[in-house]
Amino acid sequence: MTAVLTNLFDGIAYGMLLFVLACGLAVTLGLMNFVNLAHGAFAMTGGYVCAVLVNQFGWPFFAALPLAFISSAVVGIVLERLLYRHLYTRSHLDQVLFSIGLVFMSVAAVDYITGSQRVFIKLPSMLEGQFDVLGVGVGRYRLLIVVICGLLTATLQLVLARTRFGSRLRAAVDDPRAASGLGINVPQVFAFTFAFGCGLAGLGGALSAEILGLDPYFPLKFMIYFLIVVTVGGSSSITGPFLASLLLGIGDVAGKYYVPKMGPFVIYTLMIVILIWRPNGLFGRTAMR
Amino acid sequence: MTAQADIGFHARRHARWHAGEIAFWLLALACAFAFPSRYLIMTEIVRLGLFALSIDLILGYAGIVSLGHAAFFGIGAYSAGLLALHGIINEPLLALIVAGLGAAVLGFATSFLVIRGVDLTRLMVTLGIALLLEALAERYSDITGGTDGLQGIEMQPILGLFAFDMFGRTGFFYSLAALFLLFLLARRVVHSPFGLSLRAIKNNPLRAAAIGIPVHKRLIAIYTLAAFYAGIAGALFTQTTALASLDVFAFERSADLLLVLIIGGTGYLYGGLIGAVVFRMLQELFSIITPQYWQFWIGLVLVVIVMVGRGRLHRWVLWAPNWLIARLGGRKAAVAVPETEGP
Repeated sequence: MTAVLTNLFDGIAYGMLLFVLACGLAVTLGLMNFVNLAHGAFAMTGGYVCAVLVNQFGWPFFAALPLAFISSAVVGIVLERLLYRHLYTRSHLDQVLFSIGLVFMSVAAVDYITGSQRVFIKLPSMLEGQFDVLGVGVGRYRLLIVVICGLLTATLQLVLARTRFGSRLRAAVDDPRAASGLGINVPQVFAFTFAFGCGLAGLGGALSAEILGLDPYFPLKFMIYFLIVVTVGGSSSITGPFLASLLLGIGDVAGKYYVPKMGPFVIYTLMIVILIWRPNGLFGRTAMR
Repeated sequence: MTAQADIGFHARRHARWHAGEIAFWLLALACAFAFPSRYLIMTEIVRLGLFALSIDLILGYAGIVSLGHAAFFGIGAYSAGLLALHGIINEPLLALIVAGLGAAVLGFATSFLVIRGVDLTRLMVTLGIALLLEALAERYSDITGGTDGLQGIEMQPILGLFAFDMFGRTGFFYSLAALFLLFLLARRVVHSPFGLSLRAIKNNPLRAAAIGIPVHKRLIAIYTLAAFYAGIAGALFTQTTALASLDVFAFERSADLLLVLIIGGTGYLYGGLIGAVVFRMLQELFSIITPQYWQFWIGLVLVVIVMVGRGRLHRWVLWAPNWLIARLGGRKAAVAVPETEGP
C-alpha cells in the first residue's frame, strides 16, 4: 500500500514538473496555435545554465534556479522577436519545419559545447534522501518540486484570471484584431507571454535534471510529452494542461513500475485513443483553430 | 471552348511527358555508368528519393502533414528483413512487394485515425504511431533484434539471376528500377481524375466535398498508397544494406524526410528526387566540415528555408533555367514552378 502511495507521490511530482515544462507550450501551441516543437530546447537551455553555474562556478542551487529562468526567457524573447513572430501566420508545415530545425541546431550545439554525456546538477545535501510521512517514503527533492510547481501553478492561474495582463492575454488570444482595436499591444503581449513560457520551461529544465536526466537529446526525447500535455489537456484554460500533466506523470511512473516491459507503449496508445475520441483534448472547450 | 473542355485540355497538357523529364531520367541512368565507384551512395539517394516521393503524395497532393512517415518505412524494412532472415520469401522482388503491402495494410488501418481532425491532431497521431512502433520493436526484441537490429540477413539473387554484389551495383540498378516503375505509377495517379480530386481536397476540403468528391475515401486511398511506397523504400533499405535496426522508426528519419521534400519542392513529384540528391550532398558536405555535428547545419538549412520562404526560394533557383528557356526557346518558362502551401 505504501509503495502505491510513494509511486503516486512520485507521479505527482513528475506530473507537476511536466506541467511547468510544458505550460509555456500550452500558450504558444494551445492558445496562439503555433506548432513549436522546439519548446524542449528552451528547457534544455535552462537546465544547462543551472548545471554550469552550480557545478563549475559553485553557485548555490537555489541561486541558480532564477538564472535558469531568466536565461531561457532571454533566449526566448530574442528568438521570438527575431524569428518566431514572422511565422505566426504561416502554415503549420512551415512552423513544424522551422522548429525542428531549431531542435536540431540546439541538440548539435549543446553536444558541441558540453559533450553528449548526461549532466548531473550537484544538489544541496538538505535535498537528498527521503523521509517518512505515515510510513510513506517522500523524497525531499520531489517534495521541493511539488511545492515550487504548485506555487507556480497557483500564481499562474491567479495572474491569468485576476490581473489586467491576464485579461489582455485572453483577449489577444480570443480575437487579436478586436484586441488591438481596443488598444492592446498584441505583439507585445504575445512576446512577453512567449518569453515567460520559455522561462518556465528553463526553470523546469533545471529542476528536471535530477529526475528526467539532462543530455543534448532532451528536446527530442521529451518533445512528445510536452505535446501530449497540451493536446490532451486542451487549450481552454490552464487547468486542462495541469490535469493532463498530472495524469501523464502518474500514468508514466505507474506504468514504468508495474508494467516495465511495456515501456512508453501505454502512454502513446492512450494519447492516440484520446485524440481520436476527443480531438480538442480531454478538457477542451472550443475547437482548435 | 467550354470550361470543362478547357480544364481537360490543360490537365492533359500537364500529363504529357516533357523533354525535361526524359532528360532527368536519362541523366539518372547516365550517373549509373558515370560513377561506377559510387553505387552505394547513389543507392541511398534513390531510396531516399522514393521515400520522399511517398510523402510528396500525401503532403504535396493531399495536404496531409505527417511527422511519422518513418513508421511505414520501418514496417517495410523489418518485413523485408524478417522475410529474408527466416527464408519465408527468398525472392527479393516478391519480398519487396509483400513488404510494401504490409506497410500499405498499416497505412490503411491508421488512415482512419489520420484523416480525422486538424493538422495538429494529425501531427500528433502520426508521430505517436511511429513512436509506438519503435517502442513495440524495442519491446519484442526477440523478433526484431532490439537495438542490435536484425543480423545475418542474406539476400538471394533477384529473380534468381542477379546476385547482390559488394559494390552495390545490382542493388543500385534494382533500386533505380523500382523507383522508376513506382514513379510511373505515381505520375499516372496524380494526373488522373483521382489525382486532380486530391488537389481539390488539398485546396479546400469543404468545397471539394460540396462538388461531390468523397473526401475521406480519397484521403484513405492516397494515404494507403503512400504507405505502400514508404514500405517499398524501407524494404529496399533492408535488401540493399542487409540491415534493419530500430532507427528505421526514428523521428529524425521523418524530420529529415520533410526537409528532403521541402528542398526539392512539393507537389510535382520530382521534388523528392531532386531534394534527395541535394540533401545527401549537403549531408556529405557538412560531415566533411564538422563530422559529428552535421545535424546543426541541417537544422540551419531548415530554419533558413522557412525564414526565406519556400516559394521565394524556388523562384530564385528556377530563375536561371527559366531565363535560359525564355532566351533560347523564345517562349514562356516551361519549368514547373512548385506551388506554395496555403495556410
